[in-house]
Amino acid sequence: MSVANKTISNKKLHDGMIKSKKTRVGDWTIAIVCFFLMLLCLLPMLHVLACSLSSADALVRNEVFIWPKGWNIEAYRTVLTTEKYVRSLGWTAILTVGCTLLSITLTICAAYPLTYTNLKGGRFINFIILFTMYFSAGTIPSYLLLSKMNMLNTPYALIFPNCISVFNVIIMRSFFYGVPDSLREAAEIDGAGPIRVLIRVYLPLSLPVIATLSLFYAVGRWNGFSDALMYLKTADSEKFWPIQLLLYNVIKNSTQTSEQAAQEGFFANGVSKTIQMATVMFATVPILLVYPWLQRYFVTGVTIGAVKG
Amino acid sequence: MRSAHATELSSSSRINRHMGFSWKTYLKRYWTLYLLLLLPVAFFIIFRYTPMTYILLAFKKNNILLPPWKVEWVKNNGFDWFIKAFKDRGFQTSLRNTIFLNLLDLIIGMPMPILMAILLNELAFPKYKRITQTVLYLPHFLSWVIISSITLRLFATNDGIINKLLGTQIPFVGTEGNWRATYIFLGIWKECGWNTIIYLAALTAISPELYEAAEVDGAGRWRKIWHVTLPGIRPTIVVLLIMNLGHILGSEFDRPFTLSNKLVEGASKTISIFVYERGVMGQQYALSTAVGLFQSVVCVIFLLLSNSLAKKFGERGIW
Repeated sequence: MSVANKTISNKKLHDGMIKSKKTRVGDWTIAIVCFFLMLLCLLPMLHVLACSLSSADALVRNEVFIWPKGWNIEAYRTVLTTEKYVRSLGWTAILTVGCTLLSITLTICAAYPLTYTNLKGGRFINFIILFTMYFSAGTIPSYLLLSKMNMLNTPYALIFPNCISVFNVIIMRSFFYGVPDSLREAAEIDGAGPIRVLIRVYLPLSLPVIATLSLFYAVGRWNGFSDALMYLKTADSEKFWPIQLLLYNVIKNSTQTSEQAAQEGFFANGVSKTIQMATVMFATVPILLVYPWLQRYFVTGVTIGAVKG
Repeated sequence: MRSAHATELSSSSRINRHMGFSWKTYLKRYWTLYLLLLLPVAFFIIFRYTPMTYILLAFKKNNILLPPWKVEWVKNNGFDWFIKAFKDRGFQTSLRNTIFLNLLDLIIGMPMPILMAILLNELAFPKYKRITQTVLYLPHFLSWVIISSITLRLFATNDGIINKLLGTQIPFVGTEGNWRATYIFLGIWKECGWNTIIYLAALTAISPELYEAAEVDGAGRWRKIWHVTLPGIRPTIVVLLIMNLGHILGSEFDRPFTLSNKLVEGASKTISIFVYERGVMGQQYALSTAVGLFQSVVCVIFLLLSNSLAKKFGERGIW
């Protein structure tokens, strides 16, 4: 990152000396284009926020753009007092935290031994891990396996089948490779075994990459939809529905009923629309609050992954 | 990273030379590493390799009560399900849709992050650049369920905000052609900013001296982009092109599934949805396993082909 900053400042310094009027106009044009790109990314979210804070009438009359009409927080209150939503949000939060802890631990366990290039069998283990990135059995074999293991319709189906991502193992391993060998050797001379070296030397130096991969795993679980759709099919597994699946079904049902309503000459139900938008806010805000703080780190993470992947 | 490898190799050989190799001292020293590997390896064996035994089902009768190796083979040397799949209208449509949507993604979607990265690179105000980047990464963190639920509101034909602003009644998700365009647009909207990261990283590696030299030669902004920036990120572009070509038959599930609706099923049904509907919902396990296997094998072949093609053109490739 420091290299990047230096490049920018060097360039700026250099440009400053001979910056012609034409270049300056160009700079501002680019800045304005970027501003519109930002709007393109932000406006949909602002619209959702405005809808969730508006009155149901205003939504039916289609008056809301990015500023709420008929301010109220009724929708949020409804979501927070509806047991279905609260339970799903709480469950998804617990699931996300638990899965992230499990995944990151397993990822470290997989990546660290592979940095010992003299590990007997290490190459073979490396191969069997990497192979799964290029060839997978497919959806149905995994589904059948879970059905044989009696994991279908249980929360385990959301936790175990995807708890390690090979891609993240590669990122972690590459980061470990970057830790200077002299540090490991120094610790080894002090009599530290591999585990102690991991805990005392590697983990403290790897906090950025651990933060990045935790973010990746957490986002993956929080946004995870298809596994829940395929693996939680019975009525009594509905209590394990993560928020994305719940939201999908709520919206699907409401568009169907509103289609029917439209055919029968009624207006679509505006109340449920504001509630939907409030649910969307609940389902996105946790991530949107976290990711900007980790930006510096995940940029490095993605770069390592791309170079090595 | 190379050098880390090298020093480690030399240090390990040093240990071996001095102490001689014996399994007893070796295991005494390193058994904890195998302990660490135990759970991850168990994960890969159980959840990635055991399912591969069910691939046999693609060549056998549709019976999941018996273990796959005990089930009877189907006719046509076991390839009956593949033949049936290719005669199936639903599969033909989903195969066509998968390839078509992926090609559109490749042709329209892939250049976008490159253009955006160049644009960001030309942005002269560092603080503003940071904020722009943060905002452009935002859509990546939204799930397709969220995006589709927002899209349904924004792009609705009668009461959607976009049609209202334009004063039109365009069915953005109501006809097959329009749906495809919306699908591609939303894909770009979600991942374009995120995909700039890797190009931007490649751009920081370009030496500022090259830009200075170009300036001394009297190159303007466009010439610098053409002669310095683009050549600088060419290896990255090639690697990503290989990856994308490798996935030409791969199919996402969430994106077409959540964006689809009854009116556009002819355009939105991809292989992943076909497998879900026939296999998970319809219990035609053997048929959908065969389709999945076909997809995996073609993916591997394409990846190998495009990689060797890239090497032929003098690029580094991914291996």
